[in-house]
Amino acid sequence: MKSFDYIRATDTGHASAEAAEGAVIIAGGTNLLDLMKLEVMTPDALVDITRLDLKQIAATDDGGLRIGTLVTNADLAAHMTVRTDYPMLSQALLAGASGQLRNKATTGGNLLQRTRCYYFYDTATPCNKRAPGTGCAAMEGATRLHAILGGSDQCIATHPSDMAVAMRALDAVVEIEASTGETRHVPLSDFYLLPGDTPQIETVLRRGDLITAVILPAPAQGVQSYTKVRDRASYAFAMVSVAGRIAMDGDRIGQASIAFGGIAPQPWRDADAEAALVGQPATRETFARAADILLADAKPAKDNAFKVPLTRRTLIATLTDLCGKAAS
Amino acid sequence: MNTHTKMDAHHVMDAPDHRNRLDDMAQGILGTTMDRPDGPLKVTGTATYAHEDHPAGMLHGVLVRATVPRGTLDGTHDAAVLALPGVRRVLHGDRFLRNPAQGTANEAPVQGSREIFYVGQPVALVVAETFEQARHGAQRLVLQMTPGDAVTDPTADDIAVERDPDEQSSMGDLDKAMKDAAFSVDQTYTTPGHTSAAMEPHAAVAWWDGDKLTIRASAQMLKYNKNEIADSLGIDVRDVHMLAPYVGGGFGGKLGISPEAVAAALAARDLGAPVSVAMTRRQVSEATMRRSETVQQIRLAADADGVLTGIGHVARVSQLEDEDYAEPVTQATPFLYRGKNREIGLELVRVNATCAGSVRAPGEAVGLTALEIAMDELAVAAGIDPVELRRRNIPEVDPSDDKPFSSHTLEAALDDGAKAFGWDGRKTKTTDGDWLVGSGMSSAVRVNMIGESHARVTLNPDGTLLIETDMTDVGTGTYAILTQIAGEMLGVTPDRITTVLGDSDLPESAGSGGSWGASSAGSSVFLACERIRQEIAKTLDCDEGDLTLKDGIATAANRQVPLAQVLGDAPLTSTGVIEPGKTSEAVRQATFGAFFAEVGVHRVTGEVRVRRMHGSFAAGRILNAKTARSQCLGGMTFGIGMALTEAMIFDPRDGRLVNGDFGEYHIPVNADVPQLTVNFVHERDPWANPMQAKGIGELGICGAGACVLNAIHDACGVRVRDLPATLDRILDGLPEV
Ligand SMILES: Cc1cc2nc3c(=O)[nH]c(=O)nc-3n(C[C@H](O)[C@H](O)[C@H](O)COP(=O)(O)OP(=O)(O)OC[C@H]3O[C@@H](n4cnc5c(N)ncnc54)[C@H](O)[C@@H]3O)c2cc1C
Ligand code: SF4
Repeated sequence: MKSFDYIRATDTGHASAEAAEGAVIIAGGTNLLDLMKLEVMTPDALVDITRLDLKQIAATDDGGLRIGTLVTNADLAAHMTVRTDYPMLSQALLAGASGQLRNKATTGGNLLQRTRCYYFYDTATPCNKRAPGTGCAAMEGATRLHAILGGSDQCIATHPSDMAVAMRALDAVVEIEASTGETRHVPLSDFYLLPGDTPQIETVLRRGDLITAVILPAPAQGVQSYTKVRDRASYAFAMVSVAGRIAMDGDRIGQASIAFGGIAPQPWRDADAEAALVGQPATRETFARAADILLADAKPAKDNAFKVPLTRRTLIATLTDLCGKAAS
Repeated sequence: MNTHTKMDAHHVMDAPDHRNRLDDMAQGILGTTMDRPDGPLKVTGTATYAHEDHPAGMLHGVLVRATVPRGTLDGTHDAAVLALPGVRRVLHGDRFLRNPAQGTANEAPVQGSREIFYVGQPVALVVAETFEQARHGAQRLVLQMTPGDAVTDPTADDIAVERDPDEQSSMGDLDKAMKDAAFSVDQTYTTPGHTSAAMEPHAAVAWWDGDKLTIRASAQMLKYNKNEIADSLGIDVRDVHMLAPYVGGGFGGKLGISPEAVAAALAARDLGAPVSVAMTRRQVSEATMRRSETVQQIRLAADADGVLTGIGHVARVSQLEDEDYAEPVTQATPFLYRGKNREIGLELVRVNATCAGSVRAPGEAVGLTALEIAMDELAVAAGIDPVELRRRNIPEVDPSDDKPFSSHTLEAALDDGAKAFGWDGRKTKTTDGDWLVGSGMSSAVRVNMIGESHARVTLNPDGTLLIETDMTDVGTGTYAILTQIAGEMLGVTPDRITTVLGDSDLPESAGSGGSWGASSAGSSVFLACERIRQEIAKTLDCDEGDLTLKDGIATAANRQVPLAQVLGDAPLTSTGVIEPGKTSEAVRQATFGAFFAEVGVHRVTGEVRVRRMHGSFAAGRILNAKTARSQCLGGMTFGIGMALTEAMIFDPRDGRLVNGDFGEYHIPVNADVPQLTVNFVHERDPWANPMQAKGIGELGICGAGACVLNAIHDACGVRVRDLPATLDRILDGLPEV
């Protein structure tokens, strides 16, 4: 590990000022430290935000929930309001990592965790995300973990978070404090960037930006769930995950909000697929049509063609289940 | 030494020992669930593993890996790294180990860092004051390499195939048997590479005192390891002192020495200070041993009753050049079942990838797993219950050479297991919510052997007992069982027994590996104790057979004397030596068992969950019911891993291991392992050794994966022949959702 300076932030302004100077923010450290040991990331300085007062979960004026960035994944999953009003989020968090990691991992850190692409972690291989312009070792290599949607010819890595997938389906908004002191709100739908020609740039965050909170809108109607399909029963990243919410309008689907993990460079949502559900009867044909729309542009790599039928099946089963529950 | 008399007991296992002497003993601790004496140290973190021994002034070394699969290392830019804070030295050279020594090699493996043979080969060591500084230096060291032509795809069509004549055998006419068969199976099965995955990564701390080298190592077999170290360094073995009192798992990966041990010794000599070299998990995965992937073609021919008339088992495995070891895939095939027409063979191809070696029951773990899937396919084809099919195919003698079995317990294990599992009332082709549920079974078999082993036992005048051998406890329970054997033989309670292991200056044992440790080291302790009993009997003027020793009291005929009184003021010391003899060849020795599993296959996703699993095993005398059971639980867990999750993924372009950490190399986690149950079937095998005990460490994995895979077929009709059964291999066979 390269040696680095350690700075303990005294307040958010201090943290973002240091970050603007080039220090990398460390929260739980469960992802960053691993990357530093492997020298995938080699910061000259870390600014530790863990003593800042960003650990609250509080109701917002419009009936939503403001989750401080330092709320741990364990605490968030266990929070009563989250469990009752945003159950897919609690389920997603509990489907991720392990108990020990969830005790340490934070909300902001989870959103910003890096991909699990094998080659990203091996500094002896080309990787446009780790070392821009060197190429992509995965493209012709081992791609079980990789994207079938949203990738580019520069990078086909997936975003590994479970939490972010649920937050995407819940229309979460990220609260960001810049080093100028100004606070802005970015919907999660705009927060992540597709790899395109610059896979090293993963979000809209700018130098010096500090995530201070994630805000959930007031609980939406309907029934929700998070389903994670993986290679072992626990402690494995999603091959495919589906965060879904369905509200029925009589015997037709009234609202549908569906996000996917494990198949794209960011938590994936497809407005056309959702639109194909709304106003339709809750039948297998409807569900299959939505799946067809979602997967029409799927581009599997060598090892991950199975994600196409797997996503399709998981989506259909999830919709069947949610519509059934929402109707009753 | 202040010993009473010099009393060695040397026994060559040339004839069966039917006396079952241990059954006559009175202490009553052998075979019990006695806790490990080392347990409290381990759970409180006070048992130190290799890298935790930090002599004053210790420096840290981190190995540097080659990043091309073949070629030459023309130079390294040392100066830039030497300029980094804390860095003290960059080493490379002719004595670096290219790869680990194979188990029982007793000599150095291929050495040298100039020529590169695989991605991950350690070619340099950066030594610094802290581990982090060394790791940074290692990461920064620029290697000048000239890439050469590499072979990295073992399945390439044009790859050269080697066939060792000793590994090929043929009997009768299998082609004809297949043609004439009422039922037959002809399929190809593949298994991926496996890493040993011991919890403690390989590590060594070395220091020199003049010409004398001491190494704290993570090693399984010190008797061989010290010679491997000496040969690697070009020094006299009498100058090598190895210590491995606690080892956090080996699973074959630590049978022979690995690159870190030699690098630590070289650096310590060069720098005149103790040097520790600990491998990271990725380095363990890349630069120690892998189990080779296998491609196995299996043919079974059976008559109308399901009785086998022919067996074909030809396996292809891979290895690095200049290494002889080939995964012995077909080891148990010649003697497990009937069938006089046979083709058994082992083929080897050379690849530029991590060295292949012994990992968790080499041979049967993968070979039997494939054979037992084939047997299940035969059972389905013939419409015969799979347990019954196996019963019908148990041979009277080893069909390959007509040798008798020393003891045959497969039928007993099948019966016991079927009953314990409730095979007759099992869940088959049924559903439970979203889960398709089915059951499967498989046989277990593992060859049994002993190795020459020495142990010294000292009975002190105060009635305490000291057991000394260079044997290791790799987390298996050696401290416990040697304590129990000696305590049982000499009537001493465990609290008065000290067992010292893992020191190469102590009497040489067979070491831990190949499931022979307990039988071999245990027998040497038994023999030493038997000799001490004879001496006590002489003092008491009775026959050894009439002597009862219990709780420190000797009872002979009508006399009761405290041991302390018998001994006078000098200790009784005996060195016991067991040596394999004619019983290894005269009979076929093996352990047997049977596995049963119930699994659920998710109807939507193809995910598989084992719902319950049972194993019944016969392994001769069980020395400690708890540690023996734990061995079987571990083996069955490995079986679940082999069936469902474990696979080393190599990039076919350059042989690079891409999943060298436990995040992506999936060993089963708690949630993957349901309640496992284990039964032991009573057995005393007189041919095995004077304790009538047999190896148990590996039996629990041999064939274990097959019961899970067979249950998958029962549950959903998908026959997985390419392991592991990840969901993508099942999905296509599931009904539409
Ligand atoms: C073995 C293992 C298994 C895992 N399995 C899963 C899984 O199944 N599902 C899953 O979703 N996750 C999984 N994880 C990932 C885990 O969820 C993340 O490591 C964790 O959420 C990161 O949070 P952290 O606070 O530790 O982040 P850190 O490691 O501290 O930081 C991560 C990144 O976020 C940045 N950052 C952190 N906070 C802020 C902030 N407030 N403002 C701006 N930047 C910030 C850091 O600079 C850094 O780049 C796993 C991790 C491990 C190690
Ligand atoms: S997929 Fe992306 S992260 Fe992976 S090697 Fe290619 S560029 Fe790097």
